[in-house]
Amino acid sequence: METITFTSEDEKKSDAEKSLTKSSWTPRIVGFACNWCTYAGADLAGTTRITYPPNIRIVRIMCTGRMDPTFILNAFFCGVDGVFIGGCHPGECHYQSGNYKAQRRVLLVKKMLRQFGIEPERLRLEWISASEGAKFAQVVTEFTEKIKSLGPNPLKGNGCGKKAG
Amino acid sequence: MPLPRNYPYMCSDPGQELIKKDIRTLGLNRIVVAACSPRMHEATFRKTCESEGLNAYCFEMANIREHCSWVHKNRPEATAKAVDLVRSSLARAGLLHPLSVQEVPVTPAALVIGGGIAGIQAALDIANAGFRVLLVEKEPSIGGHMAQLDKTFPTLDCSACILTPKMVDAENHPNIQLLTYSEVEKVDGYVGNFTVTLRKKARYVDHEKCTGCGLCAEHCRMKDRIRSEFDAGMGKRSAIYVPFPQAVPLKYTVDPEHCLFLTRGKCGKKPACQEVCPSGALHFGQKDERIEVHVGTIVVATGFDSFDACRKPELAYAHYPNVITGLEFERLVSAAGPTEGRLLIEGKEPRKVVFIQCVGSRDKNLGNAWCSRVCCMYAIKQAHLVKEKIPGAHVTVLYTDLRAFGKGFEEFYDRVRSEGVIFRRASGSEIYRKGEGLAVRTEDTFLGRTIELEADLVVLSAGVEPGKGTEAVAKLLKLSRSPDGFLMEAHPKLRPVETATDGVYIAGCCQSPKDIPDTVAQAKAAAASAIIPMAVGKVIVEPIVAQVDENVCGGCRICESLCEYKALIFDQEKNIMTVNTALCKGCGSCGGACPTGAITIQHYTDAQIFAQLHTLSECVREESIQ
Repeated sequence: METITFTSEDEKKSDAEKSLTKSSWTPRIVGFACNWCTYAGADLAGTTRITYPPNIRIVRIMCTGRMDPTFILNAFFCGVDGVFIGGCHPGECHYQSGNYKAQRRVLLVKKMLRQFGIEPERLRLEWISASEGAKFAQVVTEFTEKIKSLGPNPLKGNGCGKKAG
Repeated sequence: MPLPRNYPYMCSDPGQELIKKDIRTLGLNRIVVAACSPRMHEATFRKTCESEGLNAYCFEMANIREHCSWVHKNRPEATAKAVDLVRSSLARAGLLHPLSVQEVPVTPAALVIGGGIAGIQAALDIANAGFRVLLVEKEPSIGGHMAQLDKTFPTLDCSACILTPKMVDAENHPNIQLLTYSEVEKVDGYVGNFTVTLRKKARYVDHEKCTGCGLCAEHCRMKDRIRSEFDAGMGKRSAIYVPFPQAVPLKYTVDPEHCLFLTRGKCGKKPACQEVCPSGALHFGQKDERIEVHVGTIVVATGFDSFDACRKPELAYAHYPNVITGLEFERLVSAAGPTEGRLLIEGKEPRKVVFIQCVGSRDKNLGNAWCSRVCCMYAIKQAHLVKEKIPGAHVTVLYTDLRAFGKGFEEFYDRVRSEGVIFRRASGSEIYRKGEGLAVRTEDTFLGRTIELEADLVVLSAGVEPGKGTEAVAKLLKLSRSPDGFLMEAHPKLRPVETATDGVYIAGCCQSPKDIPDTVAQAKAAAASAIIPMAVGKVIVEPIVAQVDENVCGGCRICESLCEYKALIFDQEKNIMTVNTALCKGCGSCGGACPTGAITIQHYTDAQIFAQLHTLSECVREESIQ
């Protein structure tokens, strides 16, 4: 038997809002970009107005060699859904070999992530040069889609015990 | 306590004044500007802070333009992101420490890589300013492509006549050291203090003894049997050669790939060159030499390569001797060329000449989307030369778009049109044999129909491509390349000769295709830029360096092998690592690997990065909202 209920416009709206909040999870992605290549590439995406999803927030570092594995782990423990690292192409590192060091550490961290129950695909390392604005936008778009398909970080809500400065 | 201020043009004078006033009157000790990329204006605002006595490293920038407002269309989402970025910068700013910059002296000498017109001009300007210059060229002579050209557009100056005096000047200048037939192998160091390793290839000729008389080439058993690179294959040379008669230095070189003695170990009873050389300059035991030099600045002027027309098979360049490239045409009409300036194809003067434009330029199928900038004008010049040398000749130029944009270009184009050269807008040409001669089939895009032109000479206006060594040079000096493969400038508008690497400047066609006046102008700009740090005598080195906390360091030495600059020095006595801050570049590789957290990377400390991370992650967001 069919029941017809009448709801006011306001009620409708608040219902819609409620369902929106439930499904309103949007990926939160932190990106580490080296000053010389990927950060400049992201700048170029900006100057040439190539759009990409707004889920990523970039932290500037001088070189991907600076990437301490704890940065990545900490980000995941704090509930970030994806971590992106962008460095110079092999052989083009401003500091000779920082990008190779980053690659080694990323491979290691990916193995650890699995043990924590975090999908390794939530961590992505890419080589993006200062002239590859379009590539930056494309990679970030792809990565955001990937994180969307993976859903929220399983550790979300556990808290990292840190408070904002 | 943050104090928000809103101003539309913070980088303008009044905007900066606003910051200065607040520092002055309110005693602000950390400044965050949320605006464009720090790569654009961080330096500007650091100076603003410094002028009020606030340490430059107490300044932080949130990039809400390039990384946010310019790339996101959804306003609420973009605003939320901007808020996050500002909060992240604020969190970081609270943890910034004042740092003091180091000044290091600059070696008053420059390295110029590439001895074409760009390199020669840059070297001369730097040398005239009173600094020592090392000019390195990979070929046996300086001169580059300009030496190969016959006339230059639009003035029809003789290319060699205006170039050779400069070549001689470069050779004789007391401040310039020429190193030809040499290549750069390794570059270490940073602005002001580069250490460069060069490889001086063996010429098998004693540089001091060779007088350049040429008897050796005259008697070489391979005489007139080797393709002359300088004549773009239109002429032949010996296995011992100078590229062209006005070569600088005028010293002979043995081609190790073609010399009978070097390839087979035998050349008659005794190599003919060795036998005839009056000064005994031949020295087959010579080996490549490695030279290490110290310079303060570097100018890269490595030039271009002409497009290989074989990559357009429909133009049949590889099949017909009367299909030639623009560069080959230059050698044919040059009075110093293989035909002494007579336009002869297989001994005959052509009567019907067709020029095809945009060969290897503006061609996305080949991946060469760019305009080579010189082909329109050189084809117009060459069309004029055909008319001059063969008055009755029928000359047609098939162009995509005619680009006569420079000073005097349009006037020259008009003149050549009035001489009877036919210009037809066309696309998609192909060349095939027809009877005794050739035929060019193309679409006349004004008439909208296919046409066939008979020809006994077709000149392909081959475009400008990044030189083959560009990638290697980019890697050596840590330079970026644009998607087209040319070297990338630090800023396309405002820093056109600087690069991402401080102290390294670019000039000429290695940066993008350009004609001679533009190349010379850019070379002079690069020279002026390279002179600045040398004239000042010192450069400021960023204090972004590693620091070891000796109370925490366990002496594991993991970091030591990671340092590319040998900046980490182990203290045996104390069993701790120490940092030589003069050598440290601040990449942070050591800090990223230190298991005890004893290493701090100044300005990118763990605490600063974690503060940003926590602000950007959700848990803190929720906590702080509650």
